[in-house]
Amino acid sequence: MRYAGLTDTRYGGGADDVADVSLASKLLKFNWLLAALLAAAASVGFVMLYSVAGGSLDPWARSQIVRFAVGFGAMILVALIDIRFWKALALPFYAITLALLIAVEFFGEIGMGAQRWINLGVVQLQPSEPMKIALVMVLALYYQWLPPKKVSRPLWILVPLLLAAAPTLLVIKQPDLGTALLLLAGAFVVMFLAGVSWWFFALLGVAGGGVVLAVLVSQGTDWQILKDYQYRRIFTFIDPSTDPLGAGYHITQSITAIGSGGVAGKGLLQGTQTHLSFLPEPHTDFIFTTLAEEFGFIGGLSLLCLFILIVFVALASSFRIKNSFGRLLSAGVATTFFFFFAINIAMVTGLAPVVGVPLPLVSFGGTSMLVLMIGFGLAISAQIHGDLNFRSRSTL
Amino acid sequence: MRQSDEDDQRVRFGRRALVLGGLQAGVAGALGYRLYQLQVLEAEQHQMLAEENRINVHSVAPPRGQILDRLGRPLAVNRHNYRLLLVRERMDSVEATIAQLRELIDIPENELEKAFRKLKRTRGFVPVQLVENMDWEAFARVNANAPALPGVVPEIGWTRDYPDDRAYDFAHVVGYVAAVNEDDLARDRSNDPILRLPDARIGKNGVEKAAEPLLRGRAGKRSIEVNAAGRELRELERDPGVAGDDLTLTIDLELQRYAMKRLQGESAAAVVMDIHNGDILALASAPAYDPNKFVFGIGHADWNALREDEYDPLRNKAVAGAYPPGSTYKMLTSLAAVEYGVMAPRERIQCNGKMHFGRRDFHCWKRQGHGSMNMKDAIKHSCDIYFYEAARRIGIDNLAELSNRFGIGEKFDIEIPNLSDGLMPTKDWKYAALGENWHQGETLIAGIGQGYVLASPLQLAVMTARIANGEKRVMPRLIRAKGGVPAALPEFESLNIAPENMKFVQDGMNAVSNEPGGTAYRSQIYDPANLIAGKTGTAQVRNISRAEREAGVKKNEELPWRLRDHALFVAYAPYDKPRYAIAVVVEHGGSGSRAGAPVARDIMMRALYRGVPPLEAYPPWIRPEIEKQRQEEAEGAVQEDASLDIRGGEGARIWGLDDPARPLPPIRRG
Repeated sequence: MRYAGLTDTRYGGGADDVADVSLASKLLKFNWLLAALLAAAASVGFVMLYSVAGGSLDPWARSQIVRFAVGFGAMILVALIDIRFWKALALPFYAITLALLIAVEFFGEIGMGAQRWINLGVVQLQPSEPMKIALVMVLALYYQWLPPKKVSRPLWILVPLLLAAAPTLLVIKQPDLGTALLLLAGAFVVMFLAGVSWWFFALLGVAGGGVVLAVLVSQGTDWQILKDYQYRRIFTFIDPSTDPLGAGYHITQSITAIGSGGVAGKGLLQGTQTHLSFLPEPHTDFIFTTLAEEFGFIGGLSLLCLFILIVFVALASSFRIKNSFGRLLSAGVATTFFFFFAINIAMVTGLAPVVGVPLPLVSFGGTSMLVLMIGFGLAISAQIHGDLNFRSRSTL
Repeated sequence: MRQSDEDDQRVRFGRRALVLGGLQAGVAGALGYRLYQLQVLEAEQHQMLAEENRINVHSVAPPRGQILDRLGRPLAVNRHNYRLLLVRERMDSVEATIAQLRELIDIPENELEKAFRKLKRTRGFVPVQLVENMDWEAFARVNANAPALPGVVPEIGWTRDYPDDRAYDFAHVVGYVAAVNEDDLARDRSNDPILRLPDARIGKNGVEKAAEPLLRGRAGKRSIEVNAAGRELRELERDPGVAGDDLTLTIDLELQRYAMKRLQGESAAAVVMDIHNGDILALASAPAYDPNKFVFGIGHADWNALREDEYDPLRNKAVAGAYPPGSTYKMLTSLAAVEYGVMAPRERIQCNGKMHFGRRDFHCWKRQGHGSMNMKDAIKHSCDIYFYEAARRIGIDNLAELSNRFGIGEKFDIEIPNLSDGLMPTKDWKYAALGENWHQGETLIAGIGQGYVLASPLQLAVMTARIANGEKRVMPRLIRAKGGVPAALPEFESLNIAPENMKFVQDGMNAVSNEPGGTAYRSQIYDPANLIAGKTGTAQVRNISRAEREAGVKKNEELPWRLRDHALFVAYAPYDKPRYAIAVVVEHGGSGSRAGAPVARDIMMRALYRGVPPLEAYPPWIRPEIEKQRQEEAEGAVQEDASLDIRGGEGARIWGLDDPARPLPPIRRG
């Protein structure tokens, strides 16, 4: 308490006024370490995309470099803009993204067997991607606004649950199980960090178990919850060997590829599983497999450590942020990133079912890259403007 | 108040963030461990799986061993098989390409349909065979136009070939190969990959079948890197496999061809053997067939013609036929009689044309009887009564014991399938096989080589060879060398016959051929250095009823072919210094002296004189006939010899084995 008081006197009660931090000091406060780590991770992606294309910058590596450059610029730009601006945009951003998700449901284009894309004339947008950030933002805003005492009251728990449920259900409908999982995970993490009671999470665990049970029981009945292919994925995950040439093929081949890489790997461009097409989608969901095949345990573990470092740096920097919004946003982005790569790696190593989550920063994909970089931009902005201690209610 | 709220929140955030971080570290640790498990602990196993994924191993058929005659002249070889393959993905339009092809070559409608069906089922890059076994001209025409025919791949493979000028003559010895069928695969316990190749052939008859494991060799393999779709990317490794062993037979090409020619027009078999080492120099069975027809699948019409032929061309009568040996068996009855001491060679038996035993009469072939006969006379005249009496005294079991020593009922281990074991009856055999007791009358019948006694021409040749050899149980052999390595000659067992007893029998055979009144006197060799000693046999294939016997036994000419007697003749030569033994069986040929002996003599002379014998070697009375025959043949012979030369040179390999059959002994003219 003594410590808290000390900091308070230093910046005074009128924290709202400390708005015009100079550009120089902002650049000084900028989390360059995080930016460097992100660039390093993305570079691994460039190399792997080059390899997957058989030693060519096209069709993927070159375009990925351009996208990363754009994303990196966007991140810096977003980071330098005052966090209060982004706070003010949180709700509209969420509303628009949700509207786009609904639009996708009706006018969306089908890609890879799912309705995910919406054509906005100039750009093709996949609204489920920005929703990952929008949901974290709106929940952070909600807990900034909500007095801490009410955090665990059932009624006030219902609001964030509804905020999360709306996009999640739309995404499941597309169907995109991976993104839905990421959305839910992100939402629960923000709620957890905001201080929602342990009881809620205990209850959630029980409910989750119930849902799993319901999903399994509903199979084959009229009210079947998931699509047949999703069930197949789940069952082949449980035992891939039952169908090694059918649905389990992807998992089996991926595990073989990773394992055959050994400690030191087969060398760049030498991955037989990748280059002889035994791996499905090596440039997107299974790019980690190629990395582990060509660079072995050393390569795979290095990227894993790099990712963990990114999460650690982002999470650690959020400790210093004085406002709930920034704190939750920063930690939320870091955790979303964590879920992203953890699910992907678990998936390609056969620890989780194949749910279609790409490897962040490394897999080929424009929207996902841009959204992540903007997310980190927001987190860095929150850190730069971490000394702001704006009043909760007035700003909503 | 608010301030402390904020602080509380920050503290709580910090606590929860730590919990979260801890959970994340746990998850990350699990992922790291999973990588360790896959890439360090289980790496080897996954590396193996990846290699298996990547590499397709194809079997490569090694060249099948060739089959050669005793001097290395080819009997079964491998020749190029010109074929056309189609690769769908390289063609703009399959129909258009086929239409273009049909302007160049004839493609049978059914082959075309087969290829179309296959093309539809296989992936675009898999080659499908359109035609095979094309002649060189058609193949060359397609090759010349290949640039205009994308997707048409001319390919040269290998196929079995039996040289045309000798294919027919060796059909029963060499046999043939044909496509592998389900039964062949089921029988193959070693899971030989060669048999699973699409154009695999397996021996179905003759040496090709019996020596299949030697001829086939060991499969080679090609390791090919493939992608997930199965497309071949590059060859990583090639192991050509081990070629099958070339087999050098004991058969002499020219003698075999002559034997086949001599048997032409009959349903007959002839076997020539070396009496010292057991080499089978000729193994003829007529009629035969063209084995080349089987290699690519024989047509229904050809097959039915072969099957329905009354002369049974598909059966190798030389080894698979079992005939009552008839009078050719009488040497064994004689030998048993003297060996068991029940009859002295000089003892005389009275032949009155029939002998009463039990409740029936046993007849001699000569109705009026031979009069008083000693052993030599009995063999010479083939008197039945003498041997009825001899057999009665010997008893069936003793007779069987001695006969077995001479190969009757003996299994031989030569590389030809479907060998007949023949039959030498005993009391036990009859009881076991028919459930009846032996009648003594049956012993009498066995004594003249009728009744239950059965022997194959090969067994008769072995019997004669052992009689001529006099000491050793000579075993027949068909393979002279395997892969160029001469086959070792086994140490033959002893016959355990007293030499003087053997001499009585040999004297008898000499009398048959060389003494006036002998049953084969007319078919002697008129050359003191090459005298032949033989025994005629006429095996009855029907029962002669009492009524017929009283009315006069029908002559063979009066009977339908099927009911006529088998004509048999066994012989060896030269009499004083034996080299070769021969057995001839002419199915339903009539009497052995008329239908069997001349054939055997002619074949034997070819062996003795290494080719066309001098006219002086024939008895004077048939010289005009032989001369006339030779003149008639002279025109056709030019062609025949020319065709032999063309093939004889090609691929002929001589293994440098010493050939005891050469050089030619000088002929002394008497």
